[in-house]
Amino acid sequence: MRYVIPLGAFIVLVAFLAIGLGLDPRYVPSPLIDKPLPNFELPELGTRHSRITTADLAGKPRLLNVWASWCVACRVEHPLLLDLAKSGKAAIVGLNYKDAHDDALAWLKQHGDPYERTVFDEHGSLGLDLGVYGVPETFVIDRHGVIRYKQVGPITDGALASVIMPMLEQLAGDK
Amino acid sequence: MIPEIGHFMLALALAVACLQAVIPLVGATRGYSNWVAFASPAARVQFLLVLAAFLTLVHAFLTNDFSVAYVAHNSNSALPAAYRLSAVWGAHEGSLLLWILILCGWTFAVTVFDKGLPPKFAAIVVSVLGIVSVGFLSFLLFTSNPFDRLIPALADGGDLNPLLQDPGLIIHPPMLYLGYVGSSVAFAFAIAALIQGRITAQAARWIRPWAIATWIFLTLGIALGSWWAYYELGWGGWWFWDPVENASFMPWLLGTALIHSLAVTEKRGSFKNWTVLLALATFALSLLGTFLVRSGVLTSVHAFATDPGRGVFVLALLGGVIGGSLILYAWRGPSTFAGGNYEPVSREVFLLLNSALLAVATATVLLGTLYPLAHEALGLGKISVGPPYFNVVFSAVMLPLMAFLGIGQFSRWKSDSLIRLRKNLVYPLSATIAAAFVAVIMLGGQKTIAAGVGLGFGFWVVITTLLGIRERCQGRQHPWFTLFNLPRAFVGQCIAHLGFACTVIGVVVASFYSVDEHQRLAPGESTELAGYEFHFVNLRTYSGPNYRATQGNFELRRDGKFIATLKPEKRLYHVRNMPMTEAGISPGFTRDLYVSLGEPLDDGAWSVRLYFKPFVRWIWLGAILMACGGFIAMFDPRLRSPAVARTEAVADTSSAER
Repeated sequence: MRYVIPLGAFIVLVAFLAIGLGLDPRYVPSPLIDKPLPNFELPELGTRHSRITTADLAGKPRLLNVWASWCVACRVEHPLLLDLAKSGKAAIVGLNYKDAHDDALAWLKQHGDPYERTVFDEHGSLGLDLGVYGVPETFVIDRHGVIRYKQVGPITDGALASVIMPMLEQLAGDK
Repeated sequence: MIPEIGHFMLALALAVACLQAVIPLVGATRGYSNWVAFASPAARVQFLLVLAAFLTLVHAFLTNDFSVAYVAHNSNSALPAAYRLSAVWGAHEGSLLLWILILCGWTFAVTVFDKGLPPKFAAIVVSVLGIVSVGFLSFLLFTSNPFDRLIPALADGGDLNPLLQDPGLIIHPPMLYLGYVGSSVAFAFAIAALIQGRITAQAARWIRPWAIATWIFLTLGIALGSWWAYYELGWGGWWFWDPVENASFMPWLLGTALIHSLAVTEKRGSFKNWTVLLALATFALSLLGTFLVRSGVLTSVHAFATDPGRGVFVLALLGGVIGGSLILYAWRGPSTFAGGNYEPVSREVFLLLNSALLAVATATVLLGTLYPLAHEALGLGKISVGPPYFNVVFSAVMLPLMAFLGIGQFSRWKSDSLIRLRKNLVYPLSATIAAAFVAVIMLGGQKTIAAGVGLGFGFWVVITTLLGIRERCQGRQHPWFTLFNLPRAFVGQCIAHLGFACTVIGVVVASFYSVDEHQRLAPGESTELAGYEFHFVNLRTYSGPNYRATQGNFELRRDGKFIATLKPEKRLYHVRNMPMTEAGISPGFTRDLYVSLGEPLDDGAWSVRLYFKPFVRWIWLGAILMACGGFIAMFDPRLRSPAVARTEAVADTSSAER
């Protein structure tokens, strides 16, 4: 009997590893889900004096997309964001994170601008409040300015179709 | 064209490996002697094919062939030649090829040094190694071909990860792989023993040098990795309990248990099932290490290539190879292991206790490493297990281990009495306590009790080892002659134990007495740490082959007397745009002084980290001593002489199978 114990222990180990394979080790649940956006007041990218505040993001459901000109992975999801903005299915606000003003504008000129407006977070203060630990990240914000979902890393077709779009449609229906 | 030849060689090697996995095994069980004889030429041909494939990949790197995708992603024309060579194993595909090359190299070596083994037994060993090779060659060819072309070719490559552009990292992976993969020999040995249904003393003697060689490579590989982390990562640490560090440490712990348990199996015919289980588990943990690095189930500084498809393949490989071997163990074990008897107080028991403690230590490390994974798999959310857990639990297991190690030195084989042991231990115990007191007083500082206990156990190992040598020579007709003609296995054992004590002392002092400071310093300013004056003289910038560096110049003084110049650097590697730190270290036998540059602050000042690390070198010095001890023991002529082995074997098998 005792000769079977190692085999049993090993089977349990392999079962855990197999489940582990299906999980994403980089996924960290955000403690901000179902909390209101942190308060902020930051300059708007591409303007001289205009500022954006927390209140500007309320009123309708939106995506808040964290990006930077130095971020390579942002280029991967960018075409998706452009399509989304063109189709009119979602309003997207950009959060330009730890970037230089001119670099950011040049990047938008080169790759296209899907954003209603872009918050210019030069020192990353809002990013810090939002718990951004990798760029890109995308938040789904409801009409009351409450964070409902967080996508870490580039938006994929799968995530868009299965999570983000259904959630936006549901939020658009809610009062 | 040349890369395609390499690819073709790998395909041929897979075909040969399939034959090698089947033919000798069938031959040995059915008794076809010409099928048995197939083992050795197959293994050698396979080695040559894989070597040829490996060399074509080396050629692609040295000639900057950026039409090969793997080269294009991991090299650059500005990369120095030595790093272009090490870039061959700088990422997933190439390091897997190196893994297989080393596996074939070990198998080749087995066919050269199999004189002490019955031919059938040796053939099964080669077959089992062939099975492992089939698994890994398929993994390489079907999921991670290093010879895939990139069309159109890149004008220049994406460069080797700057973290890996370091002399220590040229040899760290091959060393570690020699250890990881070497454990496959003991594994194949254990399988052969299970298939044949017996372990003779002769076979146990034959496997000992292989187990020791594996252990030496693991020791050196881990020490090199730790040393590299210390001077390259810039935060003065030498061990982080990172999942992949743990993955290399677990086979080392079990490998240590295995060489001790093997000694008993060979000398006294006991612990056979334990020895076989250890051999299986050591290789299982080596494969698990591969799985953890390759599958991306855990995040780690080492986790390159996170591809779920590959993860599934490695898991299937792990499940097939280890699951299969454990089924064999459950099925054949009860009839294979018989014989060997010992009294409750004897050297065997202390060796068994310690190998069990090493297994417990391995289990705690495994638990800590996989706990976050299991926690998430059960849907309980995300957690992380860090150094506080490992430090506490691991020391709790190591302290009794050191105590038994010391007592074991004085105990006798087969049967001993507690009264005799107690009488012998009074003197070393009082000497240990006295030494720990003196050491703690000399070191000064605050945390004296914990440090004293840790140091005491280290001294205990040193004192008992030295007394063990004395006991062995005392009372002989020519004590000095005996001293200089001790068996090599015993000399090696003593040196390795002293090395272990040396590492323990280094760990304790460096952990309890290190001082560090994080400061803002501008050129021209000075600061003081642990009685040393660090003067920030100036900064300069220069260009390396593929980076730009800012180099600080620090003068180190003590009581106004100049000691050394430290030159920490901050480098920016062009291609990947990655910043790297190079620490400035003044090494010493009893202390290291360590400076690393943080970030530039405004008005020319920098954030600077300063460390005073007493006895930190002892950690790696101890590892080198352990490896030396293993090396000496491995070449004990008694373990190698086939003539002696054969005559003794007859007598031993009868006694062992009582």
